[in-house]
Amino acid sequence: MNDIISKNLTELVKNIKNKKISSEEITKSFIERAEKSKTLNCYITEDFESAIEKAKKFDNKPNFKCKLPGIPIAVKDLFCTKGVKTTAGSKILNNFVPTYESTVTQNLWNEGAILLGKLNCDEFAMGSSNETSFFGNVQSPIDKNLVPGGSSGGSAAALAANLTPITIGTDTGGSIRQPASFTGTVGLKPTYGSCSRYGIVAFASSLDQAGPMAKNVKDCALIQEIISSYDLNDSTSIDYKRNNYSELLTNNIKGKKIGIPKEYRVENMPNEIDDLWQKGIKIIKEAGGETVDISLPNTNYALPAYYIVAPAEASSNLARYDGVKYGFRSNGKNLIDMYEKTRSDGFGNEVKRRIMIGTYVLSSGYYDAYYLKAQKVRRLIKNDFDEAYKKVDAILTPSTPSSAFAIGEKTNDPVSMYLNDIFTVPVNLAGLPAISIPAGNDSKGYPLGLQIIGKAFDEQNILNIAYSMEKQINFKNKINDWWI
Amino acid sequence: MMIKNQSEYLIKKNSNEYEVVIGLEVHAQVLSESKLFSSSPTKFGAEPNTQVSLVDAAFPGMLPVINEFCIKQAVKTGIGLNAKINKKSIFDRKNYFYADLPQGYQISQYKNPIVGEGSVVLDLPSGEKIVGIERLHLEQDAGKSIHDVDPQSTLVDLNRSGVALMEIVSKPDLRSLDEVNAYIKKLRSIMRYLGTCDGNMQEGSLRADVNVSVRKKGKKEFGTRCEIKNVNSIKFMQMAIEYEANRQVDLIEEGGKVDQETRLFDTKKNETRSMRSKEDAHDYRYFPDPDLLPLEISDKFINDLKKNIPELPDEKKKRFIEKFKLSPYEANILVADFETSNYFEEVIKKSDVKLSTNWITGALFGLLNEKNLEISQCPISAKNLSKLINLIKDGTISGKIAKLVFEIMSEEDKDPKIIIEEKSLKQQSDPKELEKLIDEVIKNNQDKVRDYKSGKDKLFGFFVGQVMKVSSGKANPQLVNEILKNKLK
Repeated sequence: MNDIISKNLTELVKNIKNKKISSEEITKSFIERAEKSKTLNCYITEDFESAIEKAKKFDNKPNFKCKLPGIPIAVKDLFCTKGVKTTAGSKILNNFVPTYESTVTQNLWNEGAILLGKLNCDEFAMGSSNETSFFGNVQSPIDKNLVPGGSSGGSAAALAANLTPITIGTDTGGSIRQPASFTGTVGLKPTYGSCSRYGIVAFASSLDQAGPMAKNVKDCALIQEIISSYDLNDSTSIDYKRNNYSELLTNNIKGKKIGIPKEYRVENMPNEIDDLWQKGIKIIKEAGGETVDISLPNTNYALPAYYIVAPAEASSNLARYDGVKYGFRSNGKNLIDMYEKTRSDGFGNEVKRRIMIGTYVLSSGYYDAYYLKAQKVRRLIKNDFDEAYKKVDAILTPSTPSSAFAIGEKTNDPVSMYLNDIFTVPVNLAGLPAISIPAGNDSKGYPLGLQIIGKAFDEQNILNIAYSMEKQINFKNKINDWWI
Repeated sequence: MMIKNQSEYLIKKNSNEYEVVIGLEVHAQVLSESKLFSSSPTKFGAEPNTQVSLVDAAFPGMLPVINEFCIKQAVKTGIGLNAKINKKSIFDRKNYFYADLPQGYQISQYKNPIVGEGSVVLDLPSGEKIVGIERLHLEQDAGKSIHDVDPQSTLVDLNRSGVALMEIVSKPDLRSLDEVNAYIKKLRSIMRYLGTCDGNMQEGSLRADVNVSVRKKGKKEFGTRCEIKNVNSIKFMQMAIEYEANRQVDLIEEGGKVDQETRLFDTKKNETRSMRSKEDAHDYRYFPDPDLLPLEISDKFINDLKKNIPELPDEKKKRFIEKFKLSPYEANILVADFETSNYFEEVIKKSDVKLSTNWITGALFGLLNEKNLEISQCPISAKNLSKLINLIKDGTISGKIAKLVFEIMSEEDKDPKIIIEEKSLKQQSDPKELEKLIDEVIKNNQDKVRDYKSGKDKLFGFFVGQVMKVSSGKANPQLVNEILKNKLK
């Protein structure tokens, strides 16, 4: 059993195709592991019975042409799943069961995958520690006192703890890459427009992007080629040639020019992060790549701009949760009273904070000074990347300015929490793809990640670089099953 | 006191004369099978909440996808309004909470509408007047809150939620109630010609927010305006303007000043009431909808639509005047409605233009008016009316008999020839037969014959009348005249 859950996706698929193991065996192994791992609080909703049934069905009539034949997968609870409760980590959707399926998850099921359940996340994906979830925080499989990162914290923890062979998350400002970095896993945020947003509970529409999380780069590439699709149901979905990324994966990066942005050497960054970065540079050079010092001069303004644009969009996106049509409702004396009680009781503090920020920056008299200016900054940041990509093929940075922090450490200091996204946020503002791969451990033994940022639609290139580096780094996640 | 003449509409108070300045924001429902951002149907009068998609009800993760047909309709309307079509426009979110607004925002166009400045020509009794169009933009309609069905709760019907509307904003160019009437009718006419809005005011397809201000006659600066929200008939618009303009004049004359505010028109009390002041105005927090990319349309897209624009009322009017020698008045009433003009052209394909014009603008309009019908519901087909007119023209029946036949046709749309035969109404044009009748009339009225011959010329009409009488009106009056004249020489 233990053997099954620790296998990576590629191995599992091979074993299923060779009929060495059945889908039922795999599914039951992961369920059994989940039953033993409740302490981590990874799941919001388990769909185990149904998963076993689907696995049996698959075994009875297996289709080995699929890319994910009978593979059980748990997904972030931000993806709407037909007939399975979808909460976005919020009380306000505590009772919400969609009658429809998100495009991204549908793409997984179309390739033969089976839903295990829905994974914990920060409420409406607003958070960097999975502590804002209405369903409680997630403990990191790395250490019981650590956050797994966020907002896709449940996804990262479940993946690192072997509760699911791969998973998918969403990334608005780092919500895939930061938890991947904190848990020693691989996470890809694709180019904006690569994965459909249809059926994903929206946080900030112009930044949200779904992406794969996996134990290695190859699995990650495979999931990306499955979930990425042009979708007419999403007006921001982009019609471009998508690769079979896993098949085209190569570790040959000879001659690739990798930019090293000086602005990412931020104040108070621990030495170990800098060391890790240097290690990455060295590995690239050894693999035949070339590193180039570059400048992304407006990096400093990315975080403030992000914390205007994202809350602005969120304040509007979350207006639909009003107790009228679905979800949680508090009774009130009249309509306004009902709205106020429903939204006061239904939303947590971080969500309320961002709704208020967003409402403020869009208000008349403030719009120009905040929202409009932030949009201009966003354009400048994109221009910075455009300039850089005239000289380089990709950019290497640390994924986060620190390793995972302790549970409760930053909950009373939102700004310090926001600062954790400093390396990931510019990528979302520019709509670019970026991958975080585990690259080492800090002095406490906690994982640290490196981020490779690519040109728009150039997922293949950053996957290749990551693949090449992964081989050299040969990272082994130290997980001692402390919760069992 | 109100002074009304053809061109001026002034309010007089304490020897001051005030001009009324009016601008309209017309909300016209786009004629489309499905909604602006979803594929739900838009039929009027369906059971509540039966035309609602997940997008319309704003379910989590649902995204708007623009309906290209609605874009075409808006561009067509813009072309019909001689307006600038903006190749790039942006959909914005207008944020506010209401139970019948599921998203918590309305998708609308704020700073960058799809259609820019244009104009509309009004046909007024005093001549033509050009009214400027400020812009036309697309937006979603909200649902409907129903307060009077359940005593405890408000019910919400989302059938309308997401239906495409065009908001057509005029410049403050209107100066009288008649101009408002002419403007709305012209807009409606243009959109019906284009097939972009059915203009059905009873079903709410056309509603307007009315901006009213007053200023002393001769002054250049506009007064402070008030906006009267959501008025749904021309009559109510006129009543609301009249009330509001007088209210503003009274206020000024009493030494007060008009506050910029939004008002509601109470149709029962015939008055406007303050809804919210400028200070209380909603902060809608407009921003570009990140779910929708800026809408870009190509020259080809616009030109393809231009090529297929039908002849519009103004051109048609010109053609009718030039080609058919109609008076401007006749042309106006015939082109005002697309279907009426089609009916007219159908009739005159095979019939005399002058006679057809008279019959359509006279008897036919009278009939429709009396029965309160649209031309599309007209009980007499163009084909049969054309036949009737030809029967008059070729002398088969007299105008008088024609009226009788017309009446029968209005009950049953039958070929007039058949009616004439069935009822033996054919005109008697056989001179021999007529001679017999005339001889009999002369024989029976010898005294009158004597009088006539002794110089009482006026008696001629008497003889004609008698002949018509004995022929039950069927005698050909022209022939009767001729024969009579000979006989009475």
